[in-house]
Amino acid sequence: MTIWRGMACAVLVLVVCLSLFASWLAPDGYAKQYREVADAPPSATHWLGTDEIGRDRFARVLYGTRISLLLAPAAALLSTLMAALIGGLAGYVGGAWARIAMAITDLFLSLPWLFLLITVRALLPLNVSPLVSVLVTFLMLGLLGWTAAARVLCTTAGTLRGSDFVRQARASGISPTRLFWIHVAPNLKPVLYAQFWISIPVFILSEANLGILGLGVAEPMPSWGSLLRELEGLVSIGEQPWKFVSLLLLVIVVTSFQLVLSQEEAAA
Amino acid sequence: MLGQKIARHGITIVATVLIGALVSATLVRLAPGFDTDEAQLDPHLSSSSIEALRQSRLEQHNVLAFYVRSLKRATHGDLGTSISLGQPVSQLLKERVPLTIRLAGMGLLLSWAIVLALALTAAWLRLTAYDTLATMLSGTLLCMPAAVLALLSVLWNMPGALAIALIIFPRDFRFTRNLLAKAYALPHVLAARASGISESRILFRQVVPVVLPQLLALAGVSISLALGAAIPVEALCGLAGVGQLAWQAALARDLPLLVNITTLVTLVTLLANSSADVIGHMFGGQPS
Repeated sequence: MTIWRGMACAVLVLVVCLSLFASWLAPDGYAKQYREVADAPPSATHWLGTDEIGRDRFARVLYGTRISLLLAPAAALLSTLMAALIGGLAGYVGGAWARIAMAITDLFLSLPWLFLLITVRALLPLNVSPLVSVLVTFLMLGLLGWTAAARVLCTTAGTLRGSDFVRQARASGISPTRLFWIHVAPNLKPVLYAQFWISIPVFILSEANLGILGLGVAEPMPSWGSLLRELEGLVSIGEQPWKFVSLLLLVIVVTSFQLVLSQEEAAA
Repeated sequence: MLGQKIARHGITIVATVLIGALVSATLVRLAPGFDTDEAQLDPHLSSSSIEALRQSRLEQHNVLAFYVRSLKRATHGDLGTSISLGQPVSQLLKERVPLTIRLAGMGLLLSWAIVLALALTAAWLRLTAYDTLATMLSGTLLCMPAAVLALLSVLWNMPGALAIALIIFPRDFRFTRNLLAKAYALPHVLAARASGISESRILFRQVVPVVLPQLLALAGVSISLALGAAIPVEALCGLAGVGQLAWQAALARDLPLLVNITTLVTLVTLLANSSADVIGHMFGGQPS
């Protein structure tokens, strides 16, 4: 383990722990309004100041981090499983199934990611409760983000299908299901693991983009996307630098993921 | 061989667009709220007008019939009418496409200029400090949401094209840098260097022919990236292009408009990727 990777892991653990203890660190919650101190600078009571309707920014950053950091891996898990099911099976079975599966994959890949996201998001109702908006956003990311991973898995499974040890196992009369679970699936694991890690920062950034564009998590629920919307109202960077804390945290977390996954990519 | 490749790409593009449009039509038809029309709530409308509105909606119930009708109209240049803006979609696209082409084109040129300048210098100099700095710059930009870069461009009064360039740059830089580093490590390039051939001669005679097909493929992908980057940049910088139109259509759930934009962008992306593949093939490479 390199020193950079170790530091990245430590940062991720720290941020996850802080966000998990959000209800203890900020007991008043993310929605409570302190209207007498709206849009206030940092103080002893409000460490990162308050937003324009008086909500504590520190609490919102903690809760927003929790939502993004818990749901992005969940969406990544869903997309990796879908990629394994569609891409892995297509590569293993081969033939017409592989061609159809890859044609569907190409159809998804032919559209820029953000266009695909806003199109699908627009197909779903926008005027929903905050909780539903969180679920819809991350479910959509999970259900649409499998394509690139499916291509990689299809190629890997296809290579494994033609490998000597699989041919030998098949010749010895092993059943196709047993062959898949015992010989193919364990060899797909490193690729799946890498794809899972790669998807997390992609989904975090996608949620942030959707949030800034007003198509992500609905108010008053905080997420990194909705927190970054605050930057829209700024006139200059030096004006209220504490508003950049959520951006700084996002960049640190995504950088940490990139550092961790550079090793995973190499392993895959 | 080349003719076959072009024909295969042509068939793929037509098939993808037709299937994509069918999927879009199905999704539009099944989307929640498709059967309802706010106009039906207008108290000024007579019962016969409301009934006529209901009938027009009922005609769109069959997905396949809806798709065939839309396709027929599209062949005559009628892409329907935007629900939120009340204008023909074809007219809206005609007004907005030139700005997006200019913006994305300038962004692509800028981005490739930065990518090639940094990647080539890194490959030539082979200085760890320089390489680390360039990688850190691209890494930092890669960790920023595209919409934040668009917001920062507004704060710093940067042109929109530069924001697009900064969004595309880190995605292309890593690949280009690795490609050039590998090409410069090839035995014949090392031999050319050892024999004292000038750097520019090595670049154009030994390195470029090796990396060109892959760089062309990457350039094709960059067009798709630039179109994706146009959404946040145009939306947040107040530029009236296709990206802003797509964003407005998404916020207003203007599905006919959004589906047409999506189909147009898919077509452009496929054409760009296919052109890059065909040109790469002409240069004798196998881009993937």
